[in-house]
Amino acid sequence: MNTKKIAYLGLLIALAFVLSYIEVLLPLNIGIPGAKIGLANIVVVVALYTIGGKNAFLLSIVRVLLVGLTFGNFAMMMYSMAGALLSFAAMYIGKRTKKLSTTGVSVLGGVFHNVGQIIVAMFVLETKQLIYYLPFLIIIGTISGVVIGILSAMICKRVKLALS
Amino acid sequence: MKKNDFILIAVILIIAITALLGQRFLLGGNPDSPMVVVTIDGVEYGRYPLDEDREERISLEDGSYNVLSISDGEVQMKEASCPDQICVMHRPIHSSNDPIVCLPNRVIVIIENGEDSSIDTITN
Repeated sequence: MNTKKIAYLGLLIALAFVLSYIEVLLPLNIGIPGAKIGLANIVVVVALYTIGGKNAFLLSIVRVLLVGLTFGNFAMMMYSMAGALLSFAAMYIGKRTKKLSTTGVSVLGGVFHNVGQIIVAMFVLETKQLIYYLPFLIIIGTISGVVIGILSAMICKRVKLALS
Repeated sequence: MKKNDFILIAVILIIAITALLGQRFLLGGNPDSPMVVVTIDGVEYGRYPLDEDREERISLEDGSYNVLSISDGEVQMKEASCPDQICVMHRPIHSSNDPIVCLPNRVIVIIENGEDSSIDTITN
């Protein structure tokens, strides 16, 4: 890991942090708890494709901790952490199969982020009824995943040029 | 975007939509319709639809009892064996954030998925 990459990782963490803040400022109010656009996922996808799985994993953990400590509370951090871990695992596996493009990987990430959050919320709140929200959250995750995937592909192309 | 991406998206959407339809039709009824839930000592005793008129006698192991009546979308405690009768005096409830509690019998009646009352509390 050379200096350029370290600086780049720091830049991405800062960007993910800012995008999460924007999301806190502009909540998606459609009556479904936990529904988010997942803007910060752009950064995770870009990191996954430019500086590799290990660094991208580090980035998503640091992002959740930073955002949780600054804008959220412990419960929110726990939900986000579960979402981030599951979503990262899904994206990593999706990328390793080499059968999907950035869009497919990002859709996997969006969907599994929501699945992870709902599973933890069901355990923490001991409310099985939360599972009723899951299909809606999956649909929203898919839509935002497609948009984020297309954006990330465009960003990756340019970043790779700059890094090489 | 590759062909596999479209397949993945289609599969995910099909799963989500089937799950959605499955919930609605297989599990029967709308999960969002208001239900009256009775718990005794924290354990659920029964749940009854709010839009169906009925009278329910809740019998406890030690012989004490409460009689619950649901009518016109409102729930009230008709009778109770408790000494203070606070639950019986409680006005009929129709919103989610207003439980009827019978402390001596440890019976709690709440409405799930009901409308929220526009006021927080009423002081008499």
